[in-house]
Amino acid sequence: MSQTVNIPGTIMLDGPMATKGYPLNKMCYSFNNAAARNEFKEDEEAYYEKFKLTEDQRDAMRKRDVIAMLEAGGSIYYLAKFAGLLGLSVQDVGGLQTGMSTEEFKAFLVKQGEV
Amino acid sequence: MANIIGGITTSHIPAIANAMANGLEDTPYWKPFFDGYPPVRDWLNEKKPDVIILFYNDHGLEFFIDKKPTFAIGVADEYHNADEGWGIPTIPPVTGESDLSWHIANSLVEDGFDMTICQEMKVDHGLTVPLNLMWPGHNYGHVKVIPVCINCEQHPMPQPKRTFALGQAIGRAVQSFDDDLKVAVFGTGGMSHQLDGERAGIINREFDLMCLDKLVSDPEDLTKYSNFDLAEIAGAQGVELNMLIAMRGCLIGDVKELHRNYHAPISNTGSGLMLLEHTMPEK
Repeated sequence: MSQTVNIPGTIMLDGPMATKGYPLNKMCYSFNNAAARNEFKEDEEAYYEKFKLTEDQRDAMRKRDVIAMLEAGGSIYYLAKFAGLLGLSVQDVGGLQTGMSTEEFKAFLVKQGEV
Repeated sequence: MANIIGGITTSHIPAIANAMANGLEDTPYWKPFFDGYPPVRDWLNEKKPDVIILFYNDHGLEFFIDKKPTFAIGVADEYHNADEGWGIPTIPPVTGESDLSWHIANSLVEDGFDMTICQEMKVDHGLTVPLNLMWPGHNYGHVKVIPVCINCEQHPMPQPKRTFALGQAIGRAVQSFDDDLKVAVFGTGGMSHQLDGERAGIINREFDLMCLDKLVSDPEDLTKYSNFDLAEIAGAQGVELNMLIAMRGCLIGDVKELHRNYHAPISNTGSGLMLLEHTMPEK
């Protein structure tokens, strides 16, 4: 049973989402290891199969669609490791999710910090 | 008896590690953040705590969601950092404090906090960044660290009222330890931020500043929030406020604010640095 509340633009990692996202998260957790990152880069499709990703998860990964990864149960903690593998910063990832360029996203952050 | 001499709140974001590794402290982006730290470093160098109890959350280095402890405590004599997958430099080992750790673990379980007790525990940026901020150049080897890890990733996660109570129980445990040790407590993380979803990037400066005020004078008032309240007000990862609340819970005596520096944004977050001096109550 879901224990979370609905906050628009937010996909909370509750029990059912963590169950759904398990293969995707397990794969991304493996990216702590340099050999695993190389194995992924050499053959992404084989790596999806190794962790038995669902079709939705494979599709989200292929499209580099962060929102779809979250909807497929991805935890931002492990998705961040995938972003690191791609050489993306958290501002790049912020931009990708909000439809802003990285520079626009950075400006959005700065604006909120202003007194 | 062991004595808690103070509490510190600090950010722990990985970008800080990269900024320090690349010598960016005096660049316009980073200067307002790093300029806050010298008074805290001076205090630590003057007071010389023997032990740091450090509240942090693991972001997927030691703990995966195959087995995710709600609260974990390290009881080792040494902890290691490791590759986190995104290229921040790995740092030298951290010294532990096994005897006091076990004492706290025993006391907590007796007190109703059923901790996961760890003899091996890789520590991630949540713990290593604050140490390197306080003792730059990885000069933290002389300080003994007790890691206390709180689940901030997967719901259900402990509520602020529970993390505050955990802190209070740790404060009592320290007070009941016979050895004369000087202890400081660090609450690391936050403040407001959200990394994931279309709502990514929200920072709530006003709320962060209110929380810093409350952490000084009325921490119990922060325990009225649920984690969902925090997610709504301060972003999905705003729940990291729990580490700051746990730290403040440890300060069971009188508290005096010595220093504060709030700056936003640092990376995607509001950053709250605060130094609280603490006088232990009579036993």
